[in-house]
Amino acid sequence: MNDSKKKTLTFAIMDAPFESARSTTAFRLMDAALRRGHDVRVFAYEGAVALTFDKQAAHPNAVHGRDAAEEDHPLPKDQVRALQALAKDKGCTMEWINCGLCVDERGVGEAIEGTKRGTPGDLWKWAESSDNTLIIPTRG
Amino acid sequence: MTTYLLIGSQDPFEHSGVQKLYSLAADLAAAGNEVTLMLVENGVLAARRSTVSEALQDLSAKGVSVLADSFALRERGIEQARLQSGVQPAPIDHVIEHLEAGAVAFWN
Repeated sequence: MNDSKKKTLTFAIMDAPFESARSTTAFRLMDAALRRGHDVRVFAYEGAVALTFDKQAAHPNAVHGRDAAEEDHPLPKDQVRALQALAKDKGCTMEWINCGLCVDERGVGEAIEGTKRGTPGDLWKWAESSDNTLIIPTRG
Repeated sequence: MTTYLLIGSQDPFEHSGVQKLYSLAADLAAAGNEVTLMLVENGVLAARRSTVSEALQDLSAKGVSVLADSFALRERGIEQARLQSGVQPAPIDHVIEHLEAGAVAFWN
């Protein structure tokens, strides 16, 4: 992409993994942004900090009669890794910050590579320096 | 004139706030702004012809561009022939196009 058309887009997400269609939609939006050649920044807070938790594990499904490999249960950490790989392939950057307080509350400090720990102040800085920002809030 | 992108993800049969989102879209358009309402997730249930879908036709008549995420439509088995007049299926890329262009984006 021509550098003049390349944008930096920030997404703020807060839904925990395995719970909401919003996580899937957020990943689809990041995927679309990267495929269009943009740099992507993700600020994860509240439950969304567990999306990159490295200890997520695939499991068998006795109801389906499948072992873990056959079940091939999708894990959000792998989906984030796929987005990171897509960014590299497209010559884009994908930065990911997890809110540190939210991480500590949930005990999910062991995050995959390519992610950082930060504060809500980072979201403010990103929003200030990005071309646009989309906040995807959760609901009870 | 400002360009607004309103993203509607809520099921109109479950959340009364959906009507407020539609009202916001209508008011922004009436004020002379360029407004797109993009329905995603269960928000696309409003796009199927029903008791709630006429509100989308009204928005379209008022100048709001009403789009429904084609992926979400497929997930829910809603074919284009069943869409309310005034609603167009669209890929999720439309959201990114609006963000690229600097639209004010609001998720509901």
